[in-house]
Amino acid sequence: MNIDSIQNGVVLDHIQAGKSMDIYKYLHLDELDCSVAIIKNVRSGRMGKKDIIKIDSPMEVDLDVLGYIDSNITVNVIRDGVRVAKKHVELPRRLVNIIHCKNPRCITVAEPQLDAIFLLSDAEKHTYRCAYCDTAKDKKKF
Amino acid sequence: MPRNIIDVTDLTVDEIDELIATAEDILANPVKYQDACAHKQLATLFFEPSTRTRLSFESAMLALGGSVLGFSSASSSSTSKGETVGDTVHTVSCYADIIAMRHPKEGAPYAAAQVAEVPIINAGDGGHNHPTQTLTDLLTIHREKGRLNGFTIGFCGDLKFGRTVHSLVNALSRYENINFVLISPTELKLPRYVKEQALKSRNIPYTQTTDLEAVIPDLDILYMTRVQRERFFNEEDYLRLKDSYILTPEKLVNAKADLSILHPLPRVNEISVAVDKDPRAAYWKQVKNGKFIRMALILKLLGIQV
Repeated sequence: MNIDSIQNGVVLDHIQAGKSMDIYKYLHLDELDCSVAIIKNVRSGRMGKKDIIKIDSPMEVDLDVLGYIDSNITVNVIRDGVRVAKKHVELPRRLVNIIHCKNPRCITVAEPQLDAIFLLSDAEKHTYRCAYCDTAKDKKKF
Repeated sequence: MPRNIIDVTDLTVDEIDELIATAEDILANPVKYQDACAHKQLATLFFEPSTRTRLSFESAMLALGGSVLGFSSASSSSTSKGETVGDTVHTVSCYADIIAMRHPKEGAPYAAAQVAEVPIINAGDGGHNHPTQTLTDLLTIHREKGRLNGFTIGFCGDLKFGRTVHSLVNALSRYENINFVLISPTELKLPRYVKEQALKSRNIPYTQTTDLEAVIPDLDILYMTRVQRERFFNEEDYLRLKDSYILTPEKLVNAKADLSILHPLPRVNEISVAVDKDPRAAYWKQVKNGKFIRMALILKLLGIQV
C-alpha cells in the first residue's frame, strides 16, 4: 500500500493500533481542507502494529490531547519534504476542554460554558479528576 | 490572587494548627477580637438552605466587629433569572471583602474562585466538600481529646454523599496513628476517590462495616451523619436507607467512657434525643466551636493579625 509522502505538514507516528480515529476526532481533523491519511495496523518493530496519521498541511497540534490519548505518540514536523522536528508527548498534568465531567451533580454540567478542567491524579493508572467535583475519568474508558 | 478555601487541604497542617490556636485564644479573650474586622464586609451567598453554617459565619463576622450582607436562598438572587454562579460571585466581590458560599452543585465554589477578586470560602458544595465544618470538627476533637492524632474514629451513616465526612477523612489522613472505621449501608459507602486520595495513597489502614454495634466498643470518636434526602434522585432509595442507623443510649452501653460523639447537624432521627444528656455527646459543643474557628479563618484570609 503506497501513501504519498508529504512536503509540508505533520506526521503522527507510533499511535497505538486502533487509536487513530480517536485522535482524528479529538484533533478535529475532519475540519481540515487538506489531505489527511489515516494508516492503520502498520507493521512496527517496536510496537508490533501501529497507526500513523499524515496531515498534508502545517498545523499546530494539541500535544495535550495526544498525551492524554497515547503518550507514546511522536509528532514529526515536515518542511519541504524534510523532517525538521520530532516531538515526544507526555501525559499532561492538566486538561482543559478536552474531556468533560459526566457527574450530574457537577457545576460544569449545569453551566456548560465553564472550562472543563481535569487534573492528573494518578499517572500510573492515567486517572484524571474533574477539578470542580473530583469525579474520576479513567483513560481506559476514553 | 486572593487566598481561597475550597477544600480543607488548601490549608497546611501547620495552618490548621494556627487556626485552632487562634480559635482557642478567641474563646479565652473574645474582647480582644471584637473590633478586628471593623469596616470589613462578609457576603454569605447561600444558594441552598442552611441554619448553622450561615448563621455561624454571620455571627463570627459580627463578633469581629465587621458587617454582613448576602442571601439565604437561590430564589432571592439573580440565579432565579438564570445568572451563572461566576457572574453572581463576580458582582458580589465588588461589594464585599470576603465571601462564604454554599451551593447545591459540586465544584461551584471552585468555579466562583476563578472569577472572584476576594477570598472565597466553600461553605458546602453539594455532596462534595465542607471544609469549614471540618475545621469545626477538628477544633472540637482537639478540645475533647487534647490532640489530633492517635485515636480510632468511626464515621457512621451516609458516607457517600456526606460532604463533611469526605472533608474530615481528608483532613485527618494527614495526622499520625488514626484508625478509620467506616460504618454505612453498602449503597452509601465512602466514595472510591476519597479512599484512594486520602487513605490508600498514604497506606492508611481502614475498616468498612455495616454493623455499628460491633465496632462501637473500639471507638474514641463516633462521627454520626444524616442520610440526606436532598442528595437522592430516587425517593424510594432514601426511604429504604434513612433509618439505617439510630444511636440510642442502649447502643452506647458498650462504648468507651471517654467516647466523643460528633454530628455536623442537622439531625433527623439518627441520634435519639435521649443521647443529648449523655456526657459523651459533643455535638452541641461542636456547634458553638463552629463560630470561633470561622472567626479565626476570616481573620486569616483577610490577613488581619490581632
